[in-house]
Amino acid sequence: MRGSVHRRSSGANGWLLSLPALLLLLVAASGPLVIVAIYSFLEPGDYSGVRWIFSGDAWFRILFERDIFDQTVSLADANLSIFWRSVKLSLATTLVTFALGLPTAWFIATRPARSRAIWLFLITIPFWTNLLIRTFAIMEVIRNQGLLNTALIKIGLITDPIQILYTDTAVLIGMAYVYLPLMVLPLFAAIDRFDFNLIEAGYDLYASRMQILRRVILPIIRPGIVAGCILVFVPSLGAYVTPRVLGGGKNMMIGNFIELQFGQGQNWPLGAALSMVLLIVVLGALLIYTRVASKEDPHG
Amino acid sequence: MNQDIAVSASRIVKTYGAGTSAVRALDDVSIDIEKGEFFTLLGPSGCGKTTLLRCIAGFETPTSGTILLSGRDITFTPPNERPINTVFQSYALFPHLTVAQNVGFGLQMLGRPKSEVAEAAARVLALVRLDGFANRLPQQLSGGQQQRVALARALAPQPEVLLLDEPLSALDLKLRKEMQSELKRLQTETGITFIFVTHDQEEALTMSNRIGVMSAGKLLQVGTPRDIYDRPVNRFVADFIGETNFVRATLAGDQATLGSGDTIVVDAKGASGSVTLAVRPEQIRIAPRDRPGAIHATVAESTYFGTDMHYQLALSDGTFLIARLQANAANVYGNGDEVGVLIDGTALQLLAE
Repeated sequence: MRGSVHRRSSGANGWLLSLPALLLLLVAASGPLVIVAIYSFLEPGDYSGVRWIFSGDAWFRILFERDIFDQTVSLADANLSIFWRSVKLSLATTLVTFALGLPTAWFIATRPARSRAIWLFLITIPFWTNLLIRTFAIMEVIRNQGLLNTALIKIGLITDPIQILYTDTAVLIGMAYVYLPLMVLPLFAAIDRFDFNLIEAGYDLYASRMQILRRVILPIIRPGIVAGCILVFVPSLGAYVTPRVLGGGKNMMIGNFIELQFGQGQNWPLGAALSMVLLIVVLGALLIYTRVASKEDPHG
Repeated sequence: MNQDIAVSASRIVKTYGAGTSAVRALDDVSIDIEKGEFFTLLGPSGCGKTTLLRCIAGFETPTSGTILLSGRDITFTPPNERPINTVFQSYALFPHLTVAQNVGFGLQMLGRPKSEVAEAAARVLALVRLDGFANRLPQQLSGGQQQRVALARALAPQPEVLLLDEPLSALDLKLRKEMQSELKRLQTETGITFIFVTHDQEEALTMSNRIGVMSAGKLLQVGTPRDIYDRPVNRFVADFIGETNFVRATLAGDQATLGSGDTIVVDAKGASGSVTLAVRPEQIRIAPRDRPGAIHATVAESTYFGTDMHYQLALSDGTFLIARLQANAANVYGNGDEVGVLIDGTALQLLAE
């Protein structure tokens, strides 16, 4: 009896009780998003901000540009190269972190329980350090008179310093370093659940080491791989600090390009439209993730 | 080299660790396992039976000694190059593959054509009576069914030797009995040499052609179930296989004098002095006190076991004997009853300590 009374009261007033949370979600999450969406369909203001006149121009200008003299339309090559660089660098970052993260996660997952906690802690330490400081630290390592070049010259591998800083490679190195923990942690979680007897079973059933990796280990830890790749790819795509500091001014990624529109570019609608594009790409990636994850485990 | 030997392990030593903390998991074990036989390695946990099995499978390399498979040295051959398959205690089925894919895995890795793999998988699944489950995932099956898949997966590549590492330990009693006869049937039908590891003496006795009893890394006795049960070489084997009464006695010719002063005629086989007699509980009969040759005893405790009655009998010096009798009307005694005990002297074993 008491139970049913309790249930009825929670049923009737449940939505009222969750109203504050709903409001917060609405205001804090959806609100800004709606504003960004609306701004992307307005005209830019004279110096900054927007004018409240509907325009699809910002969306048009993401991919195309109109010649200011004869009004002919052509593809916006500069924008495209920024998008391409963003996707390329994010994919490369994902690949590099995966290649480094898999053995790392494997190593940690196969340590005894006590030292495992220490290894995991070491992996996450950089996370507690300010991103800007970490990025400048990398700069210190890869600049022409930096640690790397000095060392390479000392051991005689090269005679002149290699220009790494302010190249795409520098951005890649920086992002791979920054996002490595995001790859290692989900991989570790997946490998930790992995039944190592399966390796022996594969080995017993005539599989080579390579076949065990491809046919047994990778398919089983796939949810962890997908999670790690999404966790690295998504923030890489929107990265701002790392390409700004390590890529110099020239090697912009989407994040820098968006910032440019709200700053010097004084074109808020274009910035808003670019943000929406970024969001759509990210949502698309997440959609793929949920598809893959649900296919992986139809029973739980 | 004997043509009929499937696996020949000689002087296998396996040590873990180094220096003074080194543990000898296998201590100079030599064994020949014949082709087509159902061989059981029996012993308590930690006796080295699983280590020996893993050496044969190739997961462990012996510290010293050699292992031959049909006369070929495989001591250092990796597991994926040995025509030996294992049924794991945890089954270790691939969770991402269907039953048919699990069963076909071995042949697929051997590079057999798809049609042959599918055909073999279907045939072996029928053999373990799992036809119709081919497209299920392992986690959709019961424990007993998973066990059969593990068996089918190991049998599919038609190995020369099948290793079974306590495969029945996770099943409940009824299923275990069923799988025991199932395993025996499969072994007879396929003719594959089975090496079975268990700590369950009853399992070992009912299924095996021969048993090897192990303890503390040593192989104590190898023989048929009857050999091992009736003629255990030492106290450990007698105690581990079935229930046994151990009675100290002094021999004078073929006459053994027990601690209680009672005497039994035994076949001393030339032994003399102080010995231990091993008597199986079913070799003890209870009779009226005044029966000639009966030893005087008092019923200390009786336990009902369904088909059997177990009596704990106290001799005059306080030593106890366990007797197992059929639970019928003629064999009902109460606590405190004064009875006579008859022991068949020829059934006794004289044990080395």
